Amino acid sequence: MAEYAHPEALVSTEWVTQHGGDPGVRVVEVDVDTKAYNDGHVPGAIAWAWHTQLCDTVRRDILSQRQFEALMGASGVTPDTTLVIYGDNNNWFAAWALWQARIYGHKDVRLMNGGRKKWLAEGRDVSLDAPQVAAVPYEAQHPDFSVRAFLADVRNALAHRSAALVDVRSPMEFTGEILAPPGLPETCQRGGHIRGARSIPWGRACNDDGTFRSADELRALYAHEGIDGSKPVIAYCRIGERSSHTWFVLRYLLGFDNVTNYDGSWTEWGNLVGVDVARGAAA
Amino acid sequence: MKIEEFQERRLVVDGWEVNLTSYRLGAEWRAKADNVSPGATLCRTTGATREEAETKALKRAENLLARTERRTV
Repeated sequence: MAEYAHPEALVSTEWVTQHGGDPGVRVVEVDVDTKAYNDGHVPGAIAWAWHTQLCDTVRRDILSQRQFEALMGASGVTPDTTLVIYGDNNNWFAAWALWQARIYGHKDVRLMNGGRKKWLAEGRDVSLDAPQVAAVPYEAQHPDFSVRAFLADVRNALAHRSAALVDVRSPMEFTGEILAPPGLPETCQRGGHIRGARSIPWGRACNDDGTFRSADELRALYAHEGIDGSKPVIAYCRIGERSSHTWFVLRYLLGFDNVTNYDGSWTEWGNLVGVDVARGAAA
Repeated sequence: MKIEEFQERRLVVDGWEVNLTSYRLGAEWRAKADNVSPGATLCRTTGATREEAETKALKRAENLLARTERRTV
């Protein structure tokens, strides 16, 4: 069985049990908010809320370099810290945090394989206490946007057929039958997908216990849809967090060199005036 | 603290597949409902018993899912 291209980007729940409290390691639970964290979390872990701490709360964007530095510093993270991130929903928002840490050049950032779900299912210790963290200075690298796709990049890729688009939302979101995941607020004016995109829902990359499927299984999954790393890949979803998960799979587990996350995703494309929208199943 | 009696099951609520998770933490029960596809969290609840926490979660999930409109494509 082939190994992941970058196995160092993943740690197991057992590794976190053994090393989560080591000096130089910071464990962070990341979810859309901190409700899950408040229901019990990995002992010693701190919490980051996606909607208030990992996005600019005024304009729609990721954190600025200064905001990222402030978050890291307040979290007691130095540039040499081993940052171990996990979360609910099989690490959706954790992957978003990892993607952003990659943009700002944090050297050692890893996902806990299986996320919160696996930790709970294994009956491991949890804590209700938020640890006190001493703030430290943090200096980030200038942002590296080679892992981020903007609207112009997507348009350019479509015009020149220069990248493969992977839509990682659910099949019903892809076809346009629903505008948002069932039970969540509709955040776009039109349903459907970007023409030419392949539908590969994020969850197909995971086992039932929340861990990632094997490298061989992942390679076969994406190759079946023509995604083999031979050309650039742009992943998108609704708000960019599920596509961060797929970005992580393609970049770190399969080792594709040129993978970007279009974080504008369907909440941008599905609200644009005059753009092409495809509906129904993929051609 | 330890998570105890962790349980996960699937059921259909208002025509949508839902994943219902519950467990005991100390004296309190926690429940969570997710939509199965794509796997987003719908709600989290607590209760003095598993049944109470799960019933609250399912009721809240049902209210949310009832708002989802299916379109013809």
